[in-house]
Amino acid sequence: MSTGIGARVIRKEDARLLAGTARFVGDIKLPRLWEAAFVRSPIAHGILRGVVKPNGLEDRVFTADDMADVLPIRAESSLPTYKMSDYPPLARDKVRYVGECVALCIAPTRAEAEDIAELVTLDIDPLPPVVDALEAREVGAPLVHDAWGDNLFLTTQVDGDMEAVKAQSAIVIEREYNTARQCMTPMEGKGVLAHWDGKDGQLVVHTSTQVPHLIRTGIALCLQMDQGDVRVIAPDVGGGFGYKCVLQPEEVSVSWAARKAGRPIRWTEDRREHLVAGANTRQHHYKLTAYADKRGKLLGIDAEVTVDIGAYSVWPFTACLEASQAGGNLPGPYALEAYRCKTFSVATNKPAFTPYRGVARPGVCFAMELTIDAIARAVSREPADVRRENLVPATAMPYTNVTNKHYDSGDYPESVVQAARMIDLEGFRARQEAARGEGRRIGIGFSTFTEQSAHGTKVFAAWGLPLVPGYEQAMVKLTPSGSVEVRSGNHSFGQGLETTIAQVASEWLRVDVSDIKVTMGDTGLTPYSTGAYASRGMVMAGGAVSKAAEELAGRIKIHAGHLLQANPDDIELREGAAWAGSASISLSDIAHAWYLRPDQLPDDVNTAGLEVTQGYKPDVDTGVFTYATHAAIVEVDPETGRVEIDDYVIFEDCGRRVNPLILEGQAYGGAAQGIGTALFEEVLYDASGQPLTSTLADYILPGPAELPKMRLGHAETLSPFTRHGIKGVGEGAAIAPGGAIVNAINDALHPDGVELTQLPATPERILQALLSTDGATPEFGEAAE
Amino acid sequence: MKPAAFGYTRPASLDAAAEAIAGGAAKPASGTQSLGPMLNLRLARPGHLVDLSALPELTSIVVEPDGRLRIGAGVTHGRIEDGALPENGPRSEMLRHVAGDIAYRAVRNRGTLGGSLAHADPAADWVTTMTALDATLELIAWRSGRLARRQIAMRRFMLGAYRTALESDEILSAVLLPKLSDSACWGYAKICRKVGEFADAMAAVVLDPASGYARGVVGSTGGAPVLFPHLAADLARQGQVPEEAVVGEALDAALPGLALVKRKLMTVALVRAMSQTVVRQ
Repeated sequence: MSTGIGARVIRKEDARLLAGTARFVGDIKLPRLWEAAFVRSPIAHGILRGVVKPNGLEDRVFTADDMADVLPIRAESSLPTYKMSDYPPLARDKVRYVGECVALCIAPTRAEAEDIAELVTLDIDPLPPVVDALEAREVGAPLVHDAWGDNLFLTTQVDGDMEAVKAQSAIVIEREYNTARQCMTPMEGKGVLAHWDGKDGQLVVHTSTQVPHLIRTGIALCLQMDQGDVRVIAPDVGGGFGYKCVLQPEEVSVSWAARKAGRPIRWTEDRREHLVAGANTRQHHYKLTAYADKRGKLLGIDAEVTVDIGAYSVWPFTACLEASQAGGNLPGPYALEAYRCKTFSVATNKPAFTPYRGVARPGVCFAMELTIDAIARAVSREPADVRRENLVPATAMPYTNVTNKHYDSGDYPESVVQAARMIDLEGFRARQEAARGEGRRIGIGFSTFTEQSAHGTKVFAAWGLPLVPGYEQAMVKLTPSGSVEVRSGNHSFGQGLETTIAQVASEWLRVDVSDIKVTMGDTGLTPYSTGAYASRGMVMAGGAVSKAAEELAGRIKIHAGHLLQANPDDIELREGAAWAGSASISLSDIAHAWYLRPDQLPDDVNTAGLEVTQGYKPDVDTGVFTYATHAAIVEVDPETGRVEIDDYVIFEDCGRRVNPLILEGQAYGGAAQGIGTALFEEVLYDASGQPLTSTLADYILPGPAELPKMRLGHAETLSPFTRHGIKGVGEGAAIAPGGAIVNAINDALHPDGVELTQLPATPERILQALLSTDGATPEFGEAAE
Repeated sequence: MKPAAFGYTRPASLDAAAEAIAGGAAKPASGTQSLGPMLNLRLARPGHLVDLSALPELTSIVVEPDGRLRIGAGVTHGRIEDGALPENGPRSEMLRHVAGDIAYRAVRNRGTLGGSLAHADPAADWVTTMTALDATLELIAWRSGRLARRQIAMRRFMLGAYRTALESDEILSAVLLPKLSDSACWGYAKICRKVGEFADAMAAVVLDPASGYARGVVGSTGGAPVLFPHLAADLARQGQVPEEAVVGEALDAALPGLALVKRKLMTVALVRAMSQTVVRQ
């Protein structure tokens, strides 16, 4: 049975993950290893006057003063208006959010390190904090970075002429939308273990990261070291989601401390640290005006997006990425004539904004999808129909949209048709009518999006980032025993890349994936890669492995041709052997000849051997666009505000499905996270910037009982621009649930005159809205003058 | 998130356990499902823990000659859920139902009845349930060189959020539940953000026509559970759930100043618990 592209192969990594034999940072044992604990700022904003180390323990505690030779994390950007922040690994002069690292304490055990941390005294003069991004924009707001004069990391503007569509429009929808601040909550938090390797003369940093080669660069920059003197190893990583795609201040300070202390030092993020200092994503505010004709045809969008960045700009993705993506992706899969969007990336006294699975699109999709439904209600039409009619039609592909995104392929409207068929929209409307008669509130909601994946050099360069991804390399090798090794500088942290890139190699070499060993995540062992983010792993690492494996297959055929006395062009690889008609030779015999008995090969043999490193980039680097429609049926309990998801379907198209099983896992997992965004997850702060959700009893994640059985449908429109027609898919399913579920809630509560515009749609918000309404159906749109 | 250092003993007899607590400095521990996180967050910093989990006296369950059900304080929620109560009938049905809905199975495997009552979280299931069932708690202490026992009604045991009548040298050793007739009926409703979370609102109702016992209790009040004797008596008498507005007014009288949403949830929980008793009659 083939284990190549398209095979439903069980993941190679699952055996060790399920048996508890995987190796995470926390599992590593080294001689003389000590543990670290951080002293973190207890207040949101203040002048740091001093840090007093406990008597007799001065050599166990490190502060910014001790690290005078370490550069702050500096994420430069070439975008106009951008202001850079210096993000010191340990706070210097000022603290800017609760949870910011101020001192690092070391001891033989974590508990003892925490004992020392308790004895450290911080001398902080509190300053008024700025907790709300809209207030932070106002003149006279407290300044997070004093030298700036305001709190704006960045403002961007897409300027379109709205006058024409204003004149044509019959419907004007004005809304404000809010999405909550979230934590990404990977099962494994951050973790870093650093030590100096005397033999190699290298600082070796084991860290839970998605981007080991980037972290090597980042640590070397901050510690002012040559990159050759730093080796970064990402061992097994228990979930990334973007949380681990940036240089962490702890990676810098622990690396520094290991050299200073002359022993291995490890820090393991605990859940409370994560929920406080890792509250760093998703928080947007939208002011949006949509113009449409009387049939609900969307004519134009005029929007203002505010992103609550927090105190610092992360490296390398900067404080710019989120708002740039929001402004560029708000029109999403829709064909618009006119678009105007202004974005504000605002500094507040919160942890530094980090891109999370879907990057900005869960917010823009929520805003757009609720707007589409509001338009449909205003024109009294079925939202699914209005949505379908507004999507870019298949006949227009490839299509360049109003923000200059190049949609490569697909049939977006058909995804709505298919989702509606899967969830039985027509049957539901009949049931809904009956349910309303019984006082029950059931509703249906749709949400459609495009996911730009594997966007490359030009896109990232346009975002002004300090580090732009280019080619991706991979190495594929036939071992002396005829098995295969694949090496990639990308990483596998739950998304199955270890298996799927093996499948790509298997496709060319026809070796079972169980005989393909994949090594990733170690800068000392793998070719350079900027890593796994932006749904690029499968397209980029997969593409590079494909090219290398194809080349290796060609070389194997040359040797096979000689050994079988056949023309290499007539050789076929299958079942672990090379075949010429009915004659065959096993790959192990070919490898044996090459490595151990080169006398069996001709003198003019290709000396490049059976080890191939190749680089790859898709034919376009503006990204390939996956798309999907999600649809949800919910029941709202009007007495408690609780929402039950009765049905959930996803119809998606991510091009060639390399492993349908893994794709399904990605869809379920992404949608589960999106359901968290839709209904549960919210970091709350009080007015002084204190987080109120510092344990999992307060920050609510969906559990198995809250998740519906999901049903998936697929189309497979191959990308014309990538190897095997693959598109990225890792982020997508997390994007749509907020829109689908809140649209469904609003559909259910329409007769009650309730329309929610805020994520998450908590029972508290729903009940509050139901108790506040007089029961009259509100005006959902108004005719333009 | 590691606890500060503490001493630890695991006595093998009730006397030894009570003696170890006697100084007042040591804290009893059993399932540690609440204490454990508090230790890790360093919110609780006992100098010494006395682990009660090795004491057979605390894990026995018997029906006493007078018909009272005696459950050792160290019995886990999981055992009750799994049917360890040695009787049938409404009393055990209700306990089994409540136990099975506490937090998650992993918590129920270790968390104990007595631990939950002694911790006295206002949103915990047992404080409301045991109030509704008119339980009596048995407390022991090592005094004057011997084991002293006293009993206290659940209603008087919980004083407020995380506050109980337990003296610092006392251990909660058992819960005693009065007999209910076979014709007794009960209702239990709780409203949570998600399965396993602490409740935003909860209510328990127990009616026993044979003895004329009628009790309605609202929990998750931010303090001790609150009784609604008139509503319970009316329900018992009329066999019919009062209008939501009537229930709301009773709540306003007992718990003035509730936020709109909290008031609604408590009302709904109480109405639902009362409705269940009507259905079970």
